[in-house]
Amino acid sequence: MRNRRLWYVLFIAPILVAFLAVVIIPALIGIYYSFTDWNGIVNEAKWIGIDNYLEIFTNREEFFNAFMFTAKITAVLVVTINLAGFGLALLVTRGLKFSNFLRSAFFVPNLIGGLILGFVWQFIFTKAFEFIGSKLGWEFMQGWLSTTTTGFWGLVILMTWQLSGYMMVIYIAALQNIPESLNEAAAIDGAGSFQRLRYITVPLIAPAVTVGLFLTLSNSFKLFDQNFALTAGGPYHSTQMLALNIYSTAFTFNKLGTAQAKAVLFFITVALITLTQMYYSKQREVEM
Amino acid sequence: MKSNKHRRIWLYILSCFLMALFLSPLYIALTNSFKTPKGIFMNVMSLPSGKFFSLKNYKEAFIQLDFIRSFTNSFLITVSSTILIIILASMAAWMLVRTRSKISTAIFTFFAVAMLIPFQSVMLPLINIMGKIGFLNPCGLVFMYVGFGASLSIILFHGFIKSIPRELEEAAIIDGCNTFQVFWYVVFPMLKPTAVTVAILNIMWIWNDFLLPQLVINKPEWHTIPLKMFFFFGQYSKKWHLALAGLVIAMIPIVAFYIFAQKYIIKGITDGSIK
Repeated sequence: MRNRRLWYVLFIAPILVAFLAVVIIPALIGIYYSFTDWNGIVNEAKWIGIDNYLEIFTNREEFFNAFMFTAKITAVLVVTINLAGFGLALLVTRGLKFSNFLRSAFFVPNLIGGLILGFVWQFIFTKAFEFIGSKLGWEFMQGWLSTTTTGFWGLVILMTWQLSGYMMVIYIAALQNIPESLNEAAAIDGAGSFQRLRYITVPLIAPAVTVGLFLTLSNSFKLFDQNFALTAGGPYHSTQMLALNIYSTAFTFNKLGTAQAKAVLFFITVALITLTQMYYSKQREVEM
Repeated sequence: MKSNKHRRIWLYILSCFLMALFLSPLYIALTNSFKTPKGIFMNVMSLPSGKFFSLKNYKEAFIQLDFIRSFTNSFLITVSSTILIIILASMAAWMLVRTRSKISTAIFTFFAVAMLIPFQSVMLPLINIMGKIGFLNPCGLVFMYVGFGASLSIILFHGFIKSIPRELEEAAIIDGCNTFQVFWYVVFPMLKPTAVTVAILNIMWIWNDFLLPQLVINKPEWHTIPLKMFFFFGQYSKKWHLALAGLVIAMIPIVAFYIFAQKYIIKGITDGSIK
């Protein structure tokens, strides 16, 4: 019996220790720090109650803007990435000759880190767009990333381009699980291709849609690298998302206490989104 | 039948168009990386040719990125973190599945619930603590990856181990194996499909990760590829010919990995998303 307990500890302890030290303890200490005037320079952090939270809400401009920008871009991305991913999945499961090659082409952007892609797209928007725009006399292609609107849509284009291939993979797996006979039977009964899509494909891939929606939702909400590399929040912090706002509060302004209070609010928001996700997926599983 | 054929042709045209659209950013980055600054200034969309063609960008970027060293750093950190995660997570997951108790359920739930915590919420205290215990170096970074990778990997292994029968393990115990031998010689080899999934997901995350190394690593000789790229870009952001050559170099390893492990990557993504 003693022996079994020893094995139990030996097997679980190594990863549990790393996990506690890296995730749980910092999370708990973080909550404490959010109530202090911690600045990272002086070692002693003084308890100041809810002052950090009050500051966020009274001096709310910047955090509020970051929140709104994040919410807006997340709402747009959830739609664009999933529609594009689903569309691509339909296209590459049509049995075209070079389907495999197509899949790879659509998937490649996923492999590369967000930071590198952000820099690549910075070139595309500021140089390639500019060049094409000036050659063709299209004004809307000029001056990208220098305004809030083009910064917003620039990030939308980058993220849709990068993540739709990922969603495509998930939707392909779902599409391949639909029995061929179902579509054939419907075709014999006279259902057109749109009707088959609407009444067979879409309902049957509903679980994958839930997965896709919430993956894009939480990934977009937590976005950092691409935001940081593409516009770094500019012009004038107007394209700053929440994660970047926390980062710059901490490292540009050295207000670690305030940054940590923002981080706690960020955690609560992300947790609420994810819990809603789990609730809905559980419900759906029960229905099926 | 005729309309069907027409439709196929349209599908081919659409596919080609979309493929071109998807690859164009990478294509533009690639072609311009071979141009002189003047070549980029004159025409972004042309192919590099004549006096505007230059291979020097690559030489310069390769040296500035200290590519052999940063590649080695990225490689060692990614591989050692992934191996550790696979072994430690599968050990823990197996124990949690095979020992049915309240504690096991509690620990597993604990790992699962912690997936809710976003990185930004823990990064500031984490760096503070790790600084105090002298962990702001590559070994400490590997330790942190094991901690952050724990949840998802344990969940994936846990799900798979539940589906494999116990009989083999019992036979091994009767044959006189101790617990570690049962795990290592009997269970671990059976976990291969999930281990591949776990490996792919962790490799793609750790290899491309930027923020954690940026906070943890403070010596240039320890820089990983994304980190080196960040400083390199800061220095050369107005010199696009060098920046683009650097970006292309930085993309090569992971694209090569994809060509090599395509099947497993697709499987890994699909399996990982379902959980």
